[in-house]
Amino acid sequence: MNLLRLSFANLTVSPLSSAVNILLLALGTASIAALLLANTHLASVLQRNAAGIDLVIGATGSPLQLVLAGVYHADVPPGNIDSKELTRWAAHPMVASAIPLSLGDSYDGYRIVGTVEEFSDLYGATLQAGRFWHRPFEAVIGSNVAQSTGLETGDTFSGNHGLVASGDTHDGTPYRVVGQFLATDSVLDSLIVTSTRSVWLMHNTQHQAEHREDGKLTDHQGEDCVNFQDCDQVTEGGEESHQPENNEAHAHHGEAIDHDELNLHFNDPAFEDHPQIGDQSAADEADGVNEEVTLLLITLSSPLGMLSLPREVNAESSLQAASPAYELTRLLQIVGVGLNWLKTFAAVLVVSAALSIFAALYASLRARRHDLAVLRCLGASRSELFSLLFLEGFLLTVAGIVTGLCFAHGGMSLIGYWVSDGRGLTITGWAWAPEEFLLILGLLATGALTALLPAWQAYRTDVSRTLTAP
Amino acid sequence: MAVTISQNKQQRDTPVLEIRNLTFGYDQALLNIDSFTLAQQESIAVLGPSGCGKTTFMHLLTGLLRPDAGSIQINGTEITTLSEAKIDQLRGQQIGIVFQRMHLISSISILDNLLLAQRLARVPRDKTYAGRLLEQLGIADLGNRRPTTLSQGQVQRAAIARAVAHKPSLLVADEPTSALDDKNASDAITILKDLTIGNSAALIVVTHDERVRASLQRTYDLTTGQ
Repeated sequence: MNLLRLSFANLTVSPLSSAVNILLLALGTASIAALLLANTHLASVLQRNAAGIDLVIGATGSPLQLVLAGVYHADVPPGNIDSKELTRWAAHPMVASAIPLSLGDSYDGYRIVGTVEEFSDLYGATLQAGRFWHRPFEAVIGSNVAQSTGLETGDTFSGNHGLVASGDTHDGTPYRVVGQFLATDSVLDSLIVTSTRSVWLMHNTQHQAEHREDGKLTDHQGEDCVNFQDCDQVTEGGEESHQPENNEAHAHHGEAIDHDELNLHFNDPAFEDHPQIGDQSAADEADGVNEEVTLLLITLSSPLGMLSLPREVNAESSLQAASPAYELTRLLQIVGVGLNWLKTFAAVLVVSAALSIFAALYASLRARRHDLAVLRCLGASRSELFSLLFLEGFLLTVAGIVTGLCFAHGGMSLIGYWVSDGRGLTITGWAWAPEEFLLILGLLATGALTALLPAWQAYRTDVSRTLTAP
Repeated sequence: MAVTISQNKQQRDTPVLEIRNLTFGYDQALLNIDSFTLAQQESIAVLGPSGCGKTTFMHLLTGLLRPDAGSIQINGTEITTLSEAKIDQLRGQQIGIVFQRMHLISSISILDNLLLAQRLARVPRDKTYAGRLLEQLGIADLGNRRPTTLSQGQVQRAAIARAVAHKPSLLVADEPTSALDDKNASDAITILKDLTIGNSAALIVVTHDERVRASLQRTYDLTTGQ
């Protein structure tokens, strides 16, 4: 029988009171810990997905929207830009690499991204199965896409217009899965990646079909389809009917469009093995392909470029350059205001719990003052009585902290399990936020302060007076 | 060997408790004791009406109160000049106390109460001895029960067991029979005497219970000093 066991035994005398105090502290601890975890996780996910991307160049509009659309694939892009811009900015001395992204379609909620192979290098991705695309309408899928949709190498699927599953389907021009990425714990896991040309051909074919109907095929290019959203609007208003009778037919108003025309493109050597869009431009222009990309992901060759290049882009073209790092900081600041309010609320919970523990210890001290006096008579020193009460407060605090951390991490694990279809966001409770250690230290200090006064009162117990008191 | 014999003789000759010229009072003198001595294996009933200072006397000789003047020696150690920490240590090791209201620690079992007394007295943990004490007092089967589940007589026996669990040389009992019926009171005094005398200790029972008076070897009246 030592003091620790005695302290623990004393806490079990009023199990309900102890449980309530532990629960109160646990709720406060869990609230703060969960916020810290969420904040850290969000920042980590955002930073990981933006790694290697110094700038995003795209159509003018909200820079945050541009970054959200181009880096995190969490927003619609502000518009499209001419692919000639890629040639221009890729050749800039401050630019180490420029990767084009063409967005606008999706499959089962997962975005289809037209780009170049180098895009996967941004996330350190390697192929788990298959190969990269060699021809248009060949795609490589991320790990979440494979897991969620069940697609495997060799399967075909038809993309939807827009970024939701309910959009019109390109049943006549299906993609074929030729490869699958290993999981990267990044947004790439939730993307379907194909060549830029696939996206161009997909939408160019659609436009050609629409304008063939209207007899305006030759006047179409670039006139009324500023971006893919506009394309979607045009499509939706055009009473089109996609008939999935086979992979080579595409019907509008019941009129079948022969995809031999597309197959001609596929078989044309000019469409094969062209990782750089600039090389394809001439062929595409000759083919009447609508040469637009949604945005460019820029990696700078020198940090100095962060100062000069955005200014140059904004001043010398109709485009805008947005820095993911800057926009990320801005976003986290905006989110941080809300988090701070929640943290304040959680801190109030912790303080309430601390006061409750104080009240419980103090009440316990008064109820057990004879016990404490008897302990002195049995030979316990003043410091041992101090330790006894202090340990009781400390045990309550530790129990509250451990329970709270279990709540927070268990809760995060459950949330991670519920959203495990992972639209680019992987949540886990099996991680620690660095600030959690500070939180634990702070809570222990609060618990120690809470126990200090009752422990001091125990230290000062007047044995003789207490034993003779009624 | 000769040294050992000499030491043993000295131990036997040294009173367990010796009080000289003791005075204590709050606003006015409450206690005046010229001389009080208690040897090993002696038992004494300290008598006096309510308010005469019986409990104060007990607190003085156990070091819970310090006298205004005079000397109190326990086994030759002057406790009035000891630091509080030393008194705590001496009290834990050499004195056993049975309280008027029993005061067992309610959050732990009877057996743990005995082991706690050993722990606070800084003597080696002796669970066997503690179990034997409970057996001797007829409550061996109650060792794992908490005090709140026992009858008053059983609690009294447990309190006595705890007071002697660390083998003290002086056992002080404050009104140990005040809340007991005749049978339990008689049993309690018998047990106290057996455990004290059998362990070469000394017993002081502070009481105003006439039932106790006849059972002990000597009496001391605080009001007369005789």
